[in-house]
Amino acid sequence: MTATNEKIPVTVLTGYLGAGKTTLLNRILTEDHGHKFAVIVNEFGEIGIDNDLIVGADEEVFEMNNGCICCTVRGDLIRIIEGLMKRKGKFDAILVETTGLADPAPVAQTFFVDQDVQDEARLDAVVTVADAKWLAERLKDAPEAKNQIAFADVILLNKQDLVSPEELREVEARIRAINPYAKLHKTSRCDVPLDAVLGRNAFDLDRILEIEPDFLEVDDHDHHDHDHHHHDHGHGHHHDHGHGLKHYHDEDMQSVSFHIDGDVDPHRFMPWINHIAQTEGPSLLRYKGILAFKDEPKRFVFQGVHMILDGDLQRDWKSGEKRESKIVFIGRKLDEEMLREGFMACKA
Amino acid sequence: MLTNYDQSLTSHVQPIEAGAEAVAGAFLDGRPVLALANGEVLFTDSGERVFAHPDATILCAAGGRDRLVTGGDDGRVVETRGNGTATEIGNEKGKWIDALALRDDGAAAWSAGKDVRARDPKGAVKSVQAPSGVRGLAFMPKGYRVAMSHYNGASLWFPNMVAEPEMLRWAGSHLDITVSPDGLFCVTAMQENALHGWRIADKKDMRMTGYPSKTRSFSWSPDGKWLATSGADACVIWPFESKDGPMGKAPRECGVRPARINRVAFHPKAPIVALGYDDGWVLLCRITDSAELLVRKGLEETDEVEARNRPRAPVTALAWDADGKRLLFGLETGDAGLLTLPVV
Repeated sequence: MTATNEKIPVTVLTGYLGAGKTTLLNRILTEDHGHKFAVIVNEFGEIGIDNDLIVGADEEVFEMNNGCICCTVRGDLIRIIEGLMKRKGKFDAILVETTGLADPAPVAQTFFVDQDVQDEARLDAVVTVADAKWLAERLKDAPEAKNQIAFADVILLNKQDLVSPEELREVEARIRAINPYAKLHKTSRCDVPLDAVLGRNAFDLDRILEIEPDFLEVDDHDHHDHDHHHHDHGHGHHHDHGHGLKHYHDEDMQSVSFHIDGDVDPHRFMPWINHIAQTEGPSLLRYKGILAFKDEPKRFVFQGVHMILDGDLQRDWKSGEKRESKIVFIGRKLDEEMLREGFMACKA
Repeated sequence: MLTNYDQSLTSHVQPIEAGAEAVAGAFLDGRPVLALANGEVLFTDSGERVFAHPDATILCAAGGRDRLVTGGDDGRVVETRGNGTATEIGNEKGKWIDALALRDDGAAAWSAGKDVRARDPKGAVKSVQAPSGVRGLAFMPKGYRVAMSHYNGASLWFPNMVAEPEMLRWAGSHLDITVSPDGLFCVTAMQENALHGWRIADKKDMRMTGYPSKTRSFSWSPDGKWLATSGADACVIWPFESKDGPMGKAPRECGVRPARINRVAFHPKAPIVALGYDDGWVLLCRITDSAELLVRKGLEETDEVEARNRPRAPVTALAWDADGKRLLFGLETGDAGLLTLPVV
């Protein structure tokens, strides 16, 4: 690749109504962070900033012609990005704000499905702003809120100043039950350094270095064996794991991870993961893995969004680095045993 | 390097420094003009630049014999004449103009999101709302009727009639649209690297598939029997001479090169199609025997893998003058040129 073909990074900003998306958007538009953003918004009026690089969108979602409901893309985004590319050089990053009720998947899938968009732009990260006071309620009554948490690479748990420390721990645990892998920042008025939100490269296969749960307040960072960190318990109860976080099990949305201490057979793994993407894709929001293939000196990394699977050989396994294979799934009503058995059968 | 062209016309090309991406080309009363992404309309004979969309981007443009109409991200629709005057004929405040179509009698149509407007030669504007965002517009050859493409099909609208537009259904996202010169067929380019066609009389569907990328440019042969399309490493030309259109028939191909065709433009009088590739090459191709003439050499020809990884220099505008004696082309890079065919 040449430098002239540098793709424009795209940050997707989601969050339920009133969580503080507009606050974050206004910060990104006004603060000096060295980037010039083109911003694709849905509610024009909310942004009190005059900027000719703000574009209104219609959130027009359509199904690709194969009729698969999870191959939905945002047609308006394809059109807008095509138009934006006619003024290349006037901006160097794109931010897509979705409405509070939006499912992030069609936005993300647009960047994998449309070749022209893929040639020009790359998805950087899905950032979800959550309201510390109301998220727990929304997780009960609004499937969109749950999708936005499950899909996120970065979560701002905002308005922390409006809740007690206990309430904050409670809502954090609720988030972690759904998505333990996102980077979580507790904020008031979205006061987070912008580099925690921008330039994350969360969808870059080369940047998938490790797959470990993220716990902001865990100081020891010593959680190598958390494969089943919240699945070793039955429904309906919770308990404390020693780092101050309650553990919940969300009935609807879960994450599961599996680990093989060593190599997998690519001739078994590849057909299996493709089969999973085809058959389980509709209920899988995000999944990724780092694998040691038998007789392969390089690490194999993959990521998926619903039925869209993207994988490649990455860097070499370093000398002294333990060859192991690990995959995680975040999805709805996952059949953990089926996934575990399928993956374990791939052991080389 | 890879192909010996039957003849080269490169010495008959006058290079033009357009300075910005060409969105479309046209000949206004014989004067070559380019609509540029930077908001300007360039008269390439005098170098005069008309600031049709100041501080804005031209997103779409359509050229006729005596006017060029441009649509911008400033929401404005501007008509530029051969004498250099620019007049605003539409303004969709706060929106982008997504598609445009013209007719030689002076009518124009444009869309911004779902809103479609048609302006008759006297300046009367009629509006309709499509079921979803409209990305392609075309005038039907007979009657004052506009074809528009959107999600899940296309609609045919009589701006002067109260009746709802007639819907042609096919699931998926339809981008550009064209209507055959005899008015029998309507064809759209789809998101899924395919064309979809309807025989308008009975709405019979036709699928035209096999493209490696989206078709974003099509052009009818002067006799209306052939539809040349972009989107492949050759120009794919569908036969429309029979009443069933191209169904059950193989398309012709010409201009095979190790690069993607980005723009196509049939000669107005002869069975010759001009082809603009995504590596900056321009060829003329005679569809009867596939003879090729080189107009512009772009990036050095290379193997497919290498070609994929280098910066592109796609030809984004191609236009013939009314007599078919001159061909104007422009690239995304801001390079452009005017071919004047030698007298033989």
